[in-house]
Amino acid sequence: MMDFLIATAQVLDATVRLSVPLLLACLAGLYSERAGIFDIGLEGKMLAGAFAAAATAAYTGSAYIGLLAAVLVSVALGLVHGFASITHRGNQIVSGMAINFIAAGTTVMLGQAWFKQGGRTPPIADAARFNAIDLPGAEALRDIPVIGPFYSGFISGRPLLVYVAFLLVPFTWWVLYRTRFGLRLRAVGENPAAVDTAGISVPWLRYRAVICCGLLCGIAGAYLSTADGAGFGRDMTAGKGYIALAALIFAKWRPVQAMFACLLFGFLDAFAIRNQGHPLPLIGEVPVQLMQALPYILTIVLLAGFIGKAIPPKAGGVAYVKER
Amino acid sequence: MSQPFAKLPAWADYGLLPLINVIVAFFVAGLVVLLVGESPIDAAVLMVKGALGSGDGIGYTLYYATNFIFTGLCVAVAFHCGLFNIGGEGQAYVGGLGVALVGLGLGSVLPWWLTFPLAIIASAIVGALWAFIPAWLQAKRGSHVVITTIMFNFIGASLMVYLLVGILKAPGTQAPETRVFGPGGQLPDLGWLLGMFGLNMRSAPLNISFLLALVAAFVVWLLIWRTKLGYEIRTMGHSPKAARYAGISEVRITIVTMLISGALAGMAAINPIMGAQHRMQLEFVAGAGFVGIAVALMGRSHPVGIVLAAILFGVLYQGGAEIAFDMPNISRDMIVIIQGLVILFAGALEHMFRPSLLRLFQRLARTKQQATPAVATGGGQ
Repeated sequence: MMDFLIATAQVLDATVRLSVPLLLACLAGLYSERAGIFDIGLEGKMLAGAFAAAATAAYTGSAYIGLLAAVLVSVALGLVHGFASITHRGNQIVSGMAINFIAAGTTVMLGQAWFKQGGRTPPIADAARFNAIDLPGAEALRDIPVIGPFYSGFISGRPLLVYVAFLLVPFTWWVLYRTRFGLRLRAVGENPAAVDTAGISVPWLRYRAVICCGLLCGIAGAYLSTADGAGFGRDMTAGKGYIALAALIFAKWRPVQAMFACLLFGFLDAFAIRNQGHPLPLIGEVPVQLMQALPYILTIVLLAGFIGKAIPPKAGGVAYVKER
Repeated sequence: MSQPFAKLPAWADYGLLPLINVIVAFFVAGLVVLLVGESPIDAAVLMVKGALGSGDGIGYTLYYATNFIFTGLCVAVAFHCGLFNIGGEGQAYVGGLGVALVGLGLGSVLPWWLTFPLAIIASAIVGALWAFIPAWLQAKRGSHVVITTIMFNFIGASLMVYLLVGILKAPGTQAPETRVFGPGGQLPDLGWLLGMFGLNMRSAPLNISFLLALVAAFVVWLLIWRTKLGYEIRTMGHSPKAARYAGISEVRITIVTMLISGALAGMAAINPIMGAQHRMQLEFVAGAGFVGIAVALMGRSHPVGIVLAAILFGVLYQGGAEIAFDMPNISRDMIVIIQGLVILFAGALEHMFRPSLLRLFQRLARTKQQATPAVATGGGQ
């Protein structure tokens, strides 16, 4: 029984750790796709951000400058996406794919040229990372039963970016549903012509959306290389950008649901790692590959319409043409 | 005077503009080479020398090109229907199952000229099957084929790992790969073809599936431009509304196109499995499915363009491997960057230079008009 509790605690702990990058990338995609810009370049932006953060943190010794670099690089890639798909009305999918490849190749090339470690950055010292921080009162509450261990052991003691990620969920909800910018953002994803008629610039609104997206992808990348890990490794995102995309569909493009979808997919990942070689009661041993594929399979099942219906923003993927 | 709907001459639209896009892509790639402290010109020379300077270089170049022709055709066929099949990678990977089953089951029994057609059929069927669910979801449920094919890439990868570390693994080995096929599961190489040009291919794995790829390119051309189905596919791609109005079934065309696309991707598995390694290994597709996107965009979805673009990427792949010896700062990852830049400039930004090119042509036309005023009696504005 004690074993089971410990195992559960470990899995839940890993769930939080693994779902943070998904959550950040998923919210990033939310801003972009709600504005009508499909973005399958989340993966690439996150990867470039992770590299920029690790390289800068290794060089300057400051995690915050690393974070800044990650955000700058990721936003720059977001602007490339915007330039192609908003200004030049190019295919958004094609542009996103391009960004993924450019990021995948450039990070390794530059990493190899600068650090000569096969595309990896040197390991980052603890001082240059986002380390676990204790929330106020964690020490004082530790001895209270149930709440104490939960608060001080589970909630507290995580890197800053974890809290940032989870606080961004209500913040995004507020921006999206309670601010003028959010209303316009959603409108431009559903009916850009109406927004245009109201005298609001569709391109500028969409550019702001891709900047928001780049910002969050940059944070996600920095989390991967300077908070969760300590350094950049080749293809470090390993498909997380695509899982975030799946989570976004799973959440039907809504922020709070996005958090739950990311936690679910993070849990599946954590469970798969934990479960390796441990047969489950009743079911027997589940192949680890099945667990890894489960987020995608679940999303496909959702898309097939077996669990509700996922309807993307109406104007998603379509460039807005003003004059015709 | 600006003419918003003016058209470029055909040669500029289909030749010059794509060429400019590709040149810009390579120019930016050159900047990256500069950034890592090497000379882009030296790199290009080394690359071309490594890829085309010797018999085995050419053999490898065409071997890689074979994969890219198949995956390029896969993407292009879907493009003609207005669909974007990103799943070529997964369809080729899973298509390998068809090849492997033929190779394992019949390789010791039948000669290669019997297993070859069977492997073509099997890989095509399996590849098409892997494209079927995304196709069905797109046609019936309207869920975007891009998203579903991405998911199927990952599901396919998981499935193949599961099979290759499990039941398909050769007994008594640790490596996740099948046993080596019997002699019937090994395709003959094309050393004689290069030999006709006085080249010695040595150990390069160029094999008969290169010819299959060329045949496939021709068949795709026939299909798209010379059959009723191809006409319907192109109609769907240009205007789904017009297609519906003409009584073309959207569901049928979407599914059929994706099946053809998947089948072409599946056939890409023959080359590495039966042609080169004579067994199925983990990750044997090695990104060829994604290169297909760049190849299709660069080749403007036309089989001739695709074959040329595939050979160019073959040069990049083979030459890139050679460069790494002389320029340690440049690795094969350079190709991934070039691939991304080609996709960006020839795909997403394909119309970036159109307005300036249009202006240029108009100015040229005007100066020509002024130079020959004698004929311009009714044509002036």
